[in-house]
Amino acid sequence: MTDMTEITDKKKRYSAGVLKYKQMGYWVPDYVPKETDTICLFRITPQEGVDPEEAAAAVAGESSTATWTVVWTDRLTACDSYRAKAYRVDPVPNNPGQYFAYVAYDLILFEEGSIANMTASLIGNVFSFKPLKAARLEDIRIPVAYIKTFKGPPTGLVVERERLDKFGRPLLGATTKPKLGLSARNYGRVIYEGLKGGLDFMKDDENINSQPFMHWRDRFLYVMDGVNKASAATGEVKGSYLNVTAGTMEAMYERSEFAKELGSVVVMVDLVIGWTAIQSMAEWCRKNDMIMHMHRAGHGTYTRQKNHGVSFRVIAKWLRLAGCDHLHTGTAVGKLEGDPMTVQGYYNVCRDSYTKTDLPRGLFFDMDWADTKKVMPVASGGIHAGQMHQLIDLFGDDVILQFGGGTIGHPQGIQAGAVANRVALECMVKARNEGKNILEEGPDILRKAAATCGPLKAALDTWGDISFNYQSTDSSDYAATPTTA
Amino acid sequence: MMTNPTGRVTQGQFSFLPDLTDAEITAQIQYGLSKGYAWSVEYTDDPHPRNTYWEMWGMPMFDLEDAAGVLMEMNACRQAFPRHYIRLMAFDSTRGVETITMSFIVNRPPNEEGFMLERQEVNGRSIRYTVRGYGANRPEGERY
Repeated sequence: MTDMTEITDKKKRYSAGVLKYKQMGYWVPDYVPKETDTICLFRITPQEGVDPEEAAAAVAGESSTATWTVVWTDRLTACDSYRAKAYRVDPVPNNPGQYFAYVAYDLILFEEGSIANMTASLIGNVFSFKPLKAARLEDIRIPVAYIKTFKGPPTGLVVERERLDKFGRPLLGATTKPKLGLSARNYGRVIYEGLKGGLDFMKDDENINSQPFMHWRDRFLYVMDGVNKASAATGEVKGSYLNVTAGTMEAMYERSEFAKELGSVVVMVDLVIGWTAIQSMAEWCRKNDMIMHMHRAGHGTYTRQKNHGVSFRVIAKWLRLAGCDHLHTGTAVGKLEGDPMTVQGYYNVCRDSYTKTDLPRGLFFDMDWADTKKVMPVASGGIHAGQMHQLIDLFGDDVILQFGGGTIGHPQGIQAGAVANRVALECMVKARNEGKNILEEGPDILRKAAATCGPLKAALDTWGDISFNYQSTDSSDYAATPTTA
Repeated sequence: MMTNPTGRVTQGQFSFLPDLTDAEITAQIQYGLSKGYAWSVEYTDDPHPRNTYWEMWGMPMFDLEDAAGVLMEMNACRQAFPRHYIRLMAFDSTRGVETITMSFIVNRPPNEEGFMLERQEVNGRSIRYTVRGYGANRPEGERY
């Protein structure tokens, strides 16, 4: 049997040929991570017969310096410090064949202020590596030393609230529906009705860019007329996320400039534009006093399945550093995937000053955010006024609750839908502050408010019983019992 | 009268609910105090959505721990400015927050005139928008 320990004799170590990753020095069980190290937790599923420690060493190797064979040119470098080090492997509870592998990376490995560079290492080749059936980046501890090289959110949730003059309650939004096909004139009508009815924000959908039925300039012009008219009608600051996502950076900048010229407080991009484009847009937003809304379009392709991909908590950490002000982080009770505690973990990552280890919420590391601005999480997708008590109980005040269908599909019209949501929100915040147990008394509180608010009554009558109770695919392996909404 | 569903300025946490009674306001003050917030009272007759700095009715009450004291200040302000907008604000000085954490209107003029939207047509189809209070041209203190 091959000796699987690190080969320390330099001559043997660097003679041409193929070695095990453990022998090359990527498995260091007594390694104590430094304060300045990045630590990654991978969930790995080795192929049959592959030793888990060797698999962990391979992950460390393939996400840092290794190639498949020994190269003498390693000896021209201080290669010990460039090698990532796998230092701990634990079996995943109740998942035979899966292991949690901890890998530490030296600060020198990542270019300052570049998520693109960090991700090229951490989720590069390693995810296609044959000896692993599957791999998932579960969580990451990014050190203060690296965090301080990022500017983070262009605005941050504290300054956003000050700009909008909205405090002490979740913000309310809605996505304009139908997603596709409305002309700009009809689209602006939905914006105006929703905002005048009591919402703070309206939103373009992720796939509204500039299609044949609605040119982007037309949309911006009509939307901003709706926004300003609603602002005058209510005396409140209002906004609508103008989606500037486009095929090139040049086109995105052009659209953003026009949004600014028209006085919009916010622009929006989709996650699919990529890390570098996100950081560039954040830079533009910082320069132009703009809130940046991030729709996480596409994330489900790699975040949802537990055995392979990247957890959304890692994506959220990267996005907070790369810089966005709003981030869709799930609803727990709505139509889209999301175990409630796991989703709360994402919210913590967006809003914490210091993230605490919390295994049932999927948080494996303590992480000091070093005063990085906070991201406003967005709960959007299949939620309605009848769930207000659950939403406020789960997420607190610093969140944007977006009721698209739950506003626009209201039987008495869009304004009525907005009124129902705003009244439900305000009565629930008031009740919570008065010390009521809103989880228990929530339905009663809503019914009482509905007695003097026809639109809320109609909303509860229409949707009061709708829920989406499906088992989540992505829940913590440390949860006492799997949670459903 | 404004044409939005509430018929009034909708700023603050509770504009869509019936006016809070003094007892209900006390409960909110109590909640803020229990979180360690400092309360303050502000008033204006220019509730433009971007008028950030309403007049301060004295300093924020950093060391006041009794809800009755806050209510007393609020009522004194109401008496002095019965036709003004008055709001209660709670401030949280925790590192990383250091901002207002609650804000709601506790007094309004009997008739809320609201705002008009002025449109200035500029290049192409672009428009520059100005929100202007109907009473804004009258001098301070005489707008409502």
